[in-house]
Amino acid sequence: MFSIDLLLGAVVLGVLLGCFYAAVSVGLSVSFGLLDVPHVAHPAFLVLASYGVYQLNESYDIDPLLAGLAITPLFFLFGLLAYRTYHETFEKRGSDAAVRGIAFFFGIAFIIEVLIILQFGVDQRSVTATYIGKSWRFGEMRIPIRQLVAFAVALTLTALLAVYLSKTFMGRAIRAVAQDEEALRLMGANPVRIKQYAFGIATAVLGIAGALLIIVAPVEPTLDRAYIGRTFCVVVMAGLGSISGTLIAAIILGVAESIVLTLFGASWAPAISFAMLLGVLAVRPQGLLGR
Amino acid sequence: MTGHRNSIIFWGGVAVFLVAVLTMTQIVRNEYPFFAGYVILQFIALAVAWSILGGYAGYVNFGTNAFFGVGVYTAVALFKATGAPLVVQIAAAAVVGMTLGFGVGLLTLRMRGIFFSIATIALAIIIETFVMNWRFVGGAAGIQIQRPPVMAPFDSYVKMLFFVQAILAVTAISIARYIQNSKVGRGLQALRDDELAAECTGVPTLKLKLIACMISGALISAAGAPAAMYLQYADPFSAFNLTYSVSALAMALIGGTAHWIGPVLGAILLGSTQQFLAVTISSEVNVLVLGIMLVLFVVGAPKGIIGLLRPRYRLRAGGKP
Repeated sequence: MFSIDLLLGAVVLGVLLGCFYAAVSVGLSVSFGLLDVPHVAHPAFLVLASYGVYQLNESYDIDPLLAGLAITPLFFLFGLLAYRTYHETFEKRGSDAAVRGIAFFFGIAFIIEVLIILQFGVDQRSVTATYIGKSWRFGEMRIPIRQLVAFAVALTLTALLAVYLSKTFMGRAIRAVAQDEEALRLMGANPVRIKQYAFGIATAVLGIAGALLIIVAPVEPTLDRAYIGRTFCVVVMAGLGSISGTLIAAIILGVAESIVLTLFGASWAPAISFAMLLGVLAVRPQGLLGR
Repeated sequence: MTGHRNSIIFWGGVAVFLVAVLTMTQIVRNEYPFFAGYVILQFIALAVAWSILGGYAGYVNFGTNAFFGVGVYTAVALFKATGAPLVVQIAAAAVVGMTLGFGVGLLTLRMRGIFFSIATIALAIIIETFVMNWRFVGGAAGIQIQRPPVMAPFDSYVKMLFFVQAILAVTAISIARYIQNSKVGRGLQALRDDELAAECTGVPTLKLKLIACMISGALISAAGAPAAMYLQYADPFSAFNLTYSVSALAMALIGGTAHWIGPVLGAILLGSTQQFLAVTISSEVNVLVLGIMLVLFVVGAPKGIIGLLRPRYRLRAGGKP
């Protein structure tokens, strides 16, 4: 029953899955990791993006990746608005606001979930594209092409964001605001505007990530609950705000989930990310590559 | 002196309430009010219990569903194994909930704010996964419960559950009220405002947090214990539903957490609105209303309903702008 081939297959699929997890988590790595916003609604935004892609794919037969790209500007604006609201009502008010900020995003997540249910129903939804449903064979191993597509796009997306944050002027400004907001203010920049922009970017990335989510597997309205564990696990394990750490942590999670799935079956899979998250929080809260 | 008089009024009110509930179970024939009332009482217990940790201590627990589900399944497992009566089930659920609360309390050693909240969600999912893989209580498919015969003086099981839940709600309220007025409550408020400063001035923060977590956990699990008998059925997905978490949190924050009456008001208001909406429109819409109310209150009325009713609380708690 157990064989090296089986394990090797699980590891390969785990790496592919892990890169996909990196793509759905990088946004949170910016919004929570760099900006310290308790963005519990991140996975709900992600699922919302998937439904946006589904709608475009269903009504206009647009390729899911293109559809993801198309909703990106909309999500950018959405992110700007969300951060502005959060900042005006919570960040400005100080101490007690932290509790309410968390409750605020929790409430937003629920509203999105229910709105999706009211609009699309509770059934699973999936997209159609030429690369979905086929698979490649390597000897004993079969790898679905949808996984490979998601892997390639996810890797590109994560790399682009890493380059953006380290090479461009605005990217450096975002990292600067995460390091020392006050210093930035003294230099005459407006930290709130930079953070708002960064939150916009973090949300815009979800357009593509949402497309990947629905390419990899069908989505349902309450899928965000499972992804609370996965995304926060990845971001915390990575060390808050580290993009390369995000990739490494995501691959670790992907491989762990894939191996457990192969050895013990699907019923244990949901607990993996949460157990790893608890472990990391208890043992090494600063993450693998903590700042 | 006023404290003493308040106590007399409070316990008088409790006695009148329980007698009224008992009388109602003897007089009213129709079972529906008890079905609906049970849910509202359950929400009162949950919101008040949540607010002991979330309101007084400022640790936002997203894991109400973990405690609730643990309560449900403790009762189910015990009932299936030994056929224990309801009182024993509830007591056992409270003990298990208290133990789990101790574990959650230890988490607060290393985690604050959002990290604590996420950790409590994690705990809920992990426990749910274990229950899903636990064959004895039916696994993911759930389990049917055959109610035992009802005890006198009640003529239906739902009426008895209604009365039991009323006692649980009153217990939660009394404990919350006691904590609020005691040294424990003042210590919790101090550590909510500034944990480091509280620790430095000699407040035993860890001990207080453990107490708050254990009491809150025991009360939530106890409130969940009769749920399997109420529904005559239990399955992991509904017992560990995240909706319990958002409901408890929303009702407490909407009512206001500065005083025990806040969560009670929030639970009555939202609980009855939900009952009304679930019957007239749909159960999705009532979660939507809950979410929207939560966001509106958190943004617009940070002190909740009691903050709106009595500006005194806003002044007293609002030293900072």
